[in-house]
This record gives sequence, structure tokens and C-alpha cells, in this order.
Amino acid sequence: MTALKRLPGVLGTLVVISLLTFAVFYLLPADPAQLSCGRPCTPDRLAQASAFMGYDKPWFQQYLDFLGGIVTGRHFGAGRAAVDCAAPCFGWSFRLNAPVTRLLLDRAPVTFSIAGGAALLWLVIGVGAGVLAAVRRGTAIDRSAMLLSTVGVSAPSYLVGLLGILLFGFTLDMVPVGGYIPLAESPVDWAWHLILPWTVLALLNAAVYARLTRGQMIEVLGEDYIRTARAKGLRERRVIGRHGLRNVLIPVVTVFGLDLGTLLGGAVITERVFSMQGLGALLIDAVGTVDLPVIVGVTLFSALLVIVANVLVDLVYSVLDPRVGKETTSR
Amino acid sequence: MVVDIPPPELARHPLRQLASDRWAVAGGATIVVFLLIALAAPLLSGLEGHDPYTYDLDAVSDTGAPLGFGGGISVEHWFGVEPMTGRDLFAIVVHGARTSFLVGFAATALAVLIGVAVGLTAGYLGGWYDRLVSRFIDVLFGFPWLVFVIALGAIAPADLPKQLLIILVIGLFGWPGIARVVRGQTLALKQRTFVVAATALGAGPGHLLRHQYLPNLTSTIIVYSTMTIPGMIGAEAALSFLGVGVPPPTPAWGRTIGDAVGWVQTDPMFLVFPGTALFLITLAFNLFGDGLRDALDPRTRGLKR
Repeated sequence: MTALKRLPGVLGTLVVISLLTFAVFYLLPADPAQLSCGRPCTPDRLAQASAFMGYDKPWFQQYLDFLGGIVTGRHFGAGRAAVDCAAPCFGWSFRLNAPVTRLLLDRAPVTFSIAGGAALLWLVIGVGAGVLAAVRRGTAIDRSAMLLSTVGVSAPSYLVGLLGILLFGFTLDMVPVGGYIPLAESPVDWAWHLILPWTVLALLNAAVYARLTRGQMIEVLGEDYIRTARAKGLRERRVIGRHGLRNVLIPVVTVFGLDLGTLLGGAVITERVFSMQGLGALLIDAVGTVDLPVIVGVTLFSALLVIVANVLVDLVYSVLDPRVGKETTSR
Repeated sequence: MVVDIPPPELARHPLRQLASDRWAVAGGATIVVFLLIALAAPLLSGLEGHDPYTYDLDAVSDTGAPLGFGGGISVEHWFGVEPMTGRDLFAIVVHGARTSFLVGFAATALAVLIGVAVGLTAGYLGGWYDRLVSRFIDVLFGFPWLVFVIALGAIAPADLPKQLLIILVIGLFGWPGIARVVRGQTLALKQRTFVVAATALGAGPGHLLRHQYLPNLTSTIIVYSTMTIPGMIGAEAALSFLGVGVPPPTPAWGRTIGDAVGWVQTDPMFLVFPGTALFLITLAFNLFGDGLRDALDPRTRGLKR
């Protein structure tokens, strides 16, 4: 199984990224305790914060405590002030007096909803438009697809999002202009509040996928096996759907894997445009108040997300392309 | 991806090819216009009679909304004024071009420098170094860099100018694309007869890299530098939009668009002017970059993948 074979590499990447993140955020600043202590920060309170967060220990001890916390949970402070941080513990926000994991889990659904829906929509639109353009090949379609994708790449999502709010929200009064309704509360309202952010993110990115799909489809349609399929008397719809699309999707999935980090960044920006309180808002607030444990938590959590999502993409990849994993040198 | 170096007879007239590409010419012209605007920003805003810093509370109502049509557009204020402060929007937009170009060019220069150095050495040296670098590039490629860059703002030393910090961080995250392409080109060059001959004649690594490899990588580097600039301008604007980029009062398009979030309904022109400027310059660089690539790399000519 490909995924299992890649497990050591994935774990190694995670360890390296966590080590680097930890080093950057806890070793570079002169005094992390100062950053976690709050204002006004008296010397007493500073010492207390330092002991509470464990900043008085050597750095590798701090790092191991951090990793241990993720696996088994940990305690902060001692005596009556001690708090329990259950596994997976991504740290403790001294400022908000809350476990970082809970803060992350509170906010993650918002970001996931934006990113997931947008990605699904852009893949469907992008691949669909690309296949259509390839099958009905013509220079007009080629040129407009090419130009549209350049425009899509050039338009900042927040600008298009704000113009969308102005047009469809305020002027036409068709969709809500912001806010997030949890899925569990009302699936219909959830989707209704997300429809504009999804569309904006999807349309801007779909153009690139349409271009990629179109080029790939044209190449695939010229292959011998497509001619064979046609010669067997298969219907055109089946030739394209079954034999063409499967091979077209392989590079699309590869590019999608590379776009996952961008997707998360796009969701962060979209949150601000549509005033939704997701991971991005949590991070930006934490940067404003210099809440170091939350900052490290969000950063590591997003790196983890992207890496795990990449493993999933690889799984899809090996389903689409049976050659992957059979020969070790295929990638 | 291994890209073969075009034979000389196909790459004879790259400039003529570029000039025949309407979209690329339009992009190039727009870039020149914006560059002139950025250079002449104080002159232009002086001509209008305002600077981007002075408050004018007479130009806004008690609620902070600009007085008059289209966000206060008048002979006095060509693009209207900023809500709440009454600062001149035209002056903010033309001076904002300076910020965008400064950060965009500087970050690109940093990214290209690192990318070429890393890609060239990885392709030339090969072995474990190449494997390590390639793996690192793979990881960086799919990385949620925006999240990291936002987070870095919290621990940056207070005495480090914010604009310099932005240039450093987006430049440091921006090199993997160029590195990957340069590495591929270097690997291809390694097989070419003139390189093999120079090596056989006993040329050292210094001579090989400087006189055999780099001259043949020039067009690739030019193309990818051009294509990196809009991404860098966009990255700065995105950070400023989120409120973690260029701090006030330095004019920055992204920050003004961010400020416009709360004014979309009452003063849409506050969004439209800086937004159009940002969109146009990004589009111009993308069109020009595409055209340049088509002209310098005949492989993609007319193919437009």
C-alpha cells in the first residue's frame, strides 16, 4: 500500500516541521514568558507565567513536553493552580485560560466548511468546463478559457468577494453578506451563508483547472487506447467518461495536492471578507494579543492538516492510477 | 520536469515574437504606466494638491462617510476621500503603487536569488544534497505559507521595519518554484555536448556554473522572475488586507481594501479604486509573463497549456 510505505516520510516531515516551528516561535523571541504573561506584566506574574508554561526548562525538554502533550496530554502549572490539558494537547493559552486544542476545534469547522465546499465546487466546475472545451474544441473556447484563467489568477479573492457582497448581498439582496451558521444548527442556513464564499473561491481557481483539464483531455483523446475504445463501438460518452476522464484526473489530482496550502490560505482570507470566525480569525487575534501558544497551535495544526490531506490525495492518486505503488520509481 | 534548451534557430527573434503578442504588449504597457505613476507619485498627488497623510475631517460626515458623490469624488479629490479620516484617496492609491512595487520587486529578487542558487547547485551536484533539496521543495510547495507568515509577525523584533520583514518572509517562502525549474534545466544542460566538453577539458565548478550553465539559464530566470512578481505583490496585499502587512500610515492597496470591508455598502468607491489598481497590475504582470515565456521558450509557443 502506497500510503503505508510513505508513512515514515510523512512522520519525518511532521517531526521536522514541528521542530522548526517550535524553534522559531519559542527560541527566537528573547522572552516567550513575557509574550504569554499579559499586561501589566509584573515580575511576579512573569515568573509565574514562565513556570506555568514550562519556559524555565531547557528547550529540548519543552519540545518533548509539547510532543508528549499531543500524544498523551499534559499538565500545566502545579498545586491548586494546575490545569489538565487532555490529549491531543496543542498547548495552553495562558491569556484565554483555555486549552489550545479546544480553541482549534471550535474554529476549525468554519475554515473546513469554506475550504471543503470551495474545493469541491472548483474541481467540479474546472474539470467539467475543461472536458467540455476539449470535446468541443475550437479556438474561441481555447482563447476565452486561456484569458479567463489569467484573469482568475490575477483577481484577489477578497476583492472579488467584496464586490460579490456588494452586488449579490447589498444591491440584489439575494444572499447573506456574512456570518457563519453551524452545520448542526441548520444545514440549509449553513450552505446559504457559504454559497457566496464558495462561488468566489471556486470560480477564481476553477479556470486554472479548466485549462489543465482541457490540455490533458486533448492529449488523451489522441491516444491509441481511445481509438481502440471507439473502434470497439463504445459510445462517445463512455469513451470520454470511462477512458478519457480517468487519465485526465491524474494530473488534476497532482496539482490539487500542491494547491492545498493555497486553499487553506484562501479560506483564511475569505473568513475575514465574510466576517466568519475561523482558524484565520483565531490566528490573527492571537497575533494581535501575542498569544504564543495559540499561534504555535494554529500554525502546527494547519501544517498537520495539509500533510494529512496530501496523504489522502496520494490515496486517491493510487486508486486512479494503478501503476502508482507497483513500481517504486514511478514518481 | 526536464525542459530541453531550444535550438538557437528557433529562439532567434524573441523580442519580435513578444511584440506580436497583443496581450503581452498591453500588459507591458500597463506595467510601464504603473511604474511611472509609482515614480511620479509625489508629483501626481502634488498636482492634485494633496498628500496621503493629512486628515480632512470636513470632507466626511459625522458618521465618517465621505460627503458628496461616489465617496467624495470632486475636482478637489479625484478619487474621493477615505471614510473616517478624509484623507485623499488618489494620493493613497498612487503612493500605494510605490509600496507594491518596492515589496514586489525586492521579495522577487530575494526569491530568485535563493531559487537559482539552490536549483543550480542541486542540479549540478546531485546525490544526497539534491534529494534533500528536492524533498524540501516538495514540502514547501504544499505549505500553508500564509498561516506561517501571519504567525511570524507576532515574534518579529519590534525594531525591524515591517516592510523589510514582509519582503524577507514572502521572499523566503517564494523560491521553490524557481528552484525546481532551474534544477530541471541544469540537469538537462549537464547532458549537453558543450558542458561535457568543458568538463572533459578540466573546467572547474566555478567556471562551469558561471560560464556554461548560468548563460544558458538566463531566459528561464528572466521569465520566472517576471512570473513571480505578481505573486509577491499579491502576497503583500493579502497580508496588508488581513491587517498583518504594511502598517499605517504607509499607503498600501491591500490595507485600504481591508479598511473598505466595513464600507462596502455605504462607500463602494473606496474599494473600487485600490482594488482596480491591484487587479490591473497583477493582470498586467501575468499577461506579460505569459507572453515572455511564449517568446523565450518556443516549446510553449502556440501551445498555451
